[in-house]
Amino acid sequence: MTTGVTKVVTATWDDPDVLGLDGYMSRGGYKGLRAALGMTPAEVIDVVKASGLRGRGGAGFPTGVKWSFVPQTTGKPTYVVANFDESEPGTFNNREIVEREPHRFLEGVAIAAYAVQSHTAFVYCRGEFLWPGQILDAAIREAYAKGVFGGSVLGSRYELDVVLHRGAGAYICGEETALLSSLEGYRGQPRLRPPFPAVEGLYACPTVINNVETLANVPSIMTNGAEWFAKIGPEKSPGTKLFSVSGKVERAGNYEVPMGTPLRTLLDEHAGGVLAGSRLKAWTPGGSSTPMLTDEHVDVALDFESVAAAGSLLGTGAIIVMDESDCIVEATRRLVQFYAHESCGKCTPCREGTWWVSRVLARIEHGYGRPEDLPLLDELGRNILFKAFCALADGAVSPIQSSLRYFRDEYEAHIAERRCPFSGKGPGRVVEGEPSLSEALT
Amino acid sequence: MPVLSPELREEAERIKARYPAGRERSAVLPLLYLVQSVQGWVTREGLQEVGELLALTTAEVEAVASFYTMLRLRPTGTHLVSVCTNLSCALRGANEVFETAHEACDVAHGDERSPDGLFTVHEEECLGACDAAPVVQVDFANHDLVSPDRMRELAEELRAGRVPEPSRGAAPRDFRHASSILAGVEWAG
Repeated sequence: MTTGVTKVVTATWDDPDVLGLDGYMSRGGYKGLRAALGMTPAEVIDVVKASGLRGRGGAGFPTGVKWSFVPQTTGKPTYVVANFDESEPGTFNNREIVEREPHRFLEGVAIAAYAVQSHTAFVYCRGEFLWPGQILDAAIREAYAKGVFGGSVLGSRYELDVVLHRGAGAYICGEETALLSSLEGYRGQPRLRPPFPAVEGLYACPTVINNVETLANVPSIMTNGAEWFAKIGPEKSPGTKLFSVSGKVERAGNYEVPMGTPLRTLLDEHAGGVLAGSRLKAWTPGGSSTPMLTDEHVDVALDFESVAAAGSLLGTGAIIVMDESDCIVEATRRLVQFYAHESCGKCTPCREGTWWVSRVLARIEHGYGRPEDLPLLDELGRNILFKAFCALADGAVSPIQSSLRYFRDEYEAHIAERRCPFSGKGPGRVVEGEPSLSEALT
Repeated sequence: MPVLSPELREEAERIKARYPAGRERSAVLPLLYLVQSVQGWVTREGLQEVGELLALTTAEVEAVASFYTMLRLRPTGTHLVSVCTNLSCALRGANEVFETAHEACDVAHGDERSPDGLFTVHEEECLGACDAAPVVQVDFANHDLVSPDRMRELAEELRAGRVPEPSRGAAPRDFRHASSILAGVEWAG
């Protein structure tokens, strides 16, 4: 960290009035859009490129570079789609950004749209976010009423329509090509890349898709300059990150800190430590799809490069904390159940593999595991990883492989004792043959 | 008897107009929410009418509807009680809340709906509010930090015909009203 700036996205959250457009403007809101409108679209892209901003939705791709991939010579309209389908287990920062300060995000949408010369932007809002969607709906209406959106954006000659589109309950729609399928009125199944959405996205037109937190960073970059932003946090992952901390902590919540802040700081100085003074056992750095880490990793800098070097992924920055009383086999089983439920069914390794793994994990958790189940889980993991069309399947493998790597002894204890050492569930003795489902799940 | 009244048909046309000309198929989800808001779930007649509005076959519409958990293709309770049991909520006691929800709403395991038709209980994946775990949604309105006792209170309030105060925002009256908000068309029905 080279500057004292620690807040970008949450800088004005102390002021409840930033929920509305006037309050947001009184705290400097829409100055970034005004600054952008005074530049050419290419200059705006250059500023965002120079800032080093990387996508906050999980992949960490440089935002300005993504925008620069949008061709302007196709004769087709260009679209911006904001991905507000926040569903990665443990992740809740997009929701709070929208609930507290929807215009910061919408300003980012407008700047992105201007930069890629788009006149229609869609916000894909997760269906279950009924209230956040109502906030956005009201904020969009207010922006139209006050001349921020519509035929003359902030009095300029630039036109922009912003359309709220609500999803209907499907995690896979957070995957950008599945999101496009869903927005076009189809089942939310991912599509082959290439063509990449930048070239052929929504309605086969050039499209930029960005996460809510990414877009919420853009106004401050336009207002304060690329250099201001680039100096926050580490050189390769500049800026801050709004980490969602949940599970066994004293104060669960979203905390904005410079990229590269270690878990120890986040946990002790912000989240109040592990719940009831208990000991940290395992944690995910970026939601359920990122390999879990242990108490040995509390000093790993939380930025894209350092977390990858430690064998996991920064993902969405969703930290789920488990303490010494939590059963890793049960936690893994629950996460794999999620992927089995959310698999769109397109690819066999994902559709069948996640289901089988969740069966085997349930068997072990309930005291019916067999010694050969551990190599079986290793093999199933290998046969899912990188064998499916999109990253959902790979996400499912993260908890399987990481839990087997760090907590194999817990699996072995379940199998040896014929019960869960934490809950006591299970027969506690050898049972011949395959238990019935009802037996296995009691 | 058509599902959508003439007034709601006009709303349906306005929903289609949100999307670029020739891209009206994008309106399939909000239109399905609209028919759900009339009947309390998406019936075969509802699927057919959405198909007519978009020049799609009923099968094409059903293929979409069956992909999404918030579009209910089975009779659904007046109130939908969704209990998150994903990891962050499970770590804070969600499984007990889920059990209690069945008991308090009189929904047997394996059944989704109470015999009186008042409740559907649904096991939910992460609701994106893990700082308030365990989280329950009643008709998609969030209730934070729900204990088993609080779950019983929620069910009692609903049974008494009251809409429990959500942790943030305004609560819909019931599942149909929530569906109308999701369609972007709030109507009095």
